[in-house]
Amino acid sequence: MWKNIYLWLDERIGFNDLNKNLLDRPEPKTTWWNTLGSASLFLFVLQGLTGIFLTVYYTPSPDHAYDSVQYIMEGVAFGWLIRGIHHWGATLMVILVFIHMLRVFYTASFKYPRELTWLIGIGLFLTTLGMGFTGYLLPWNQKAFWATTVGTQIAGTAPYIGEFILKALRGGPDLSALTLQRFFSAHIWMIPAALAGLIGVHLFLIIKHGESHFPTKDD
Amino acid sequence: MSDSHELSRRDFIKVTTGIVGGLIGAIIGLPSVYYLIAPALREGGKEAWIPIGKFEDMQIGVPYPFSFTRVQVNGWERTASSFGGYAVRKSDDPNDLFILNSRCTHLACTVNWSAEAEAFLCPCHDAKFSIAGEVLDGPPPRALDVYEEHRVTEEGIIEIFFKES
Ligand code: HEM
Ligand code: FES
Repeated sequence: MWKNIYLWLDERIGFNDLNKNLLDRPEPKTTWWNTLGSASLFLFVLQGLTGIFLTVYYTPSPDHAYDSVQYIMEGVAFGWLIRGIHHWGATLMVILVFIHMLRVFYTASFKYPRELTWLIGIGLFLTTLGMGFTGYLLPWNQKAFWATTVGTQIAGTAPYIGEFILKALRGGPDLSALTLQRFFSAHIWMIPAALAGLIGVHLFLIIKHGESHFPTKDD
Repeated sequence: MSDSHELSRRDFIKVTTGIVGGLIGAIIGLPSVYYLIAPALREGGKEAWIPIGKFEDMQIGVPYPFSFTRVQVNGWERTASSFGGYAVRKSDDPNDLFILNSRCTHLACTVNWSAEAEAFLCPCHDAKFSIAGEVLDGPPPRALDVYEEHRVTEEGIIEIFFKES
């Protein structure tokens, strides 16, 4: 029976083609440096999963945010693990995405025909930083509060539109319940959606063009 | 001959990826399940004697209503739950009474004593219980629950034994 189900699916999906195009692509000679993009992707998925689990207990209100994080750490089985992975995964993801970008720059892989892949990569780097920036406020402890005060204040120093940016980020002139709520919304809905979309296009382009040859001394 | 016994480079990669992936999945997956069901595994069950009223205030044959709240810590908040019931005295003997739980045995709405109907009525799906708690009408599967244990204090106050779920 399994064989029939497999054949039915295969006829409509074409596992062979999929396999050939996704996993069995021809590659130039590659190194461990070529694995950083996949490592970033893995961390994105991991952050998504642990983040979803965190929302089971986390509540984004100034009255309860801190207590709910405390509860995750002490009251829930393996809460320390889920939050720990999300916490360290966040830092690691920023680092990995950045090194991946450095390697692409160093090996000149951003040149024709991969300029668009590079541009989208810049978007990916910025949205990843956005995840870190918005996530940092959520535990609503002293460090979170003052880091966001400073971060939004810096954005506010932009000439002419600074004050508007500050108010738009905070949802008003002060750091308030509105700030926490909109950072939460950005952190779990808007930025992840943008990130997922960008990743999709990024991967499509990578599969379309294949990995680049690293330049040799003669190039 | 030798060929078939050697693991090709590709197969080695496949197997290793499978094992490492499975390990990572298990290490994160199993704790995640515990993480989700943790609140359901918590031990509750605190016990207490709850005063419900003075024996002399209760009239024979007239259900005497009482209610009380219990506070439980759920996560980062204290949740107050209300409970209640009716004490029904049968004679002058302080031990000759039964105490009904007003939680409907159908789907847990609160029943009220109606003097006209001489029955406990449930507002949710029109159940009707007799003064002794038996089902007279409606969907409930069994009679009203009773608080099994009660005692009378020296001041003549009836107390019931209550165990949290
Ligand atoms: C779909 C993806 C994600 C969801 C649903 C999500 C959800 C959450 C939630 C509910 C919290 C609050 C609990 C806590 O502070 O421990 C949090 C914290 C945090 N998140 Fe995420 N997250 C996601 C992805 C990411 C990514 C990609 C990054 C970074 C690149 C990130 C960085 C952070 C940081 C820095 C914190 C604060 C950690 C701490 O100090 O505890 N998140 N996230
Ligand atoms: S809950 Fe009482 S009749 Fe349904």
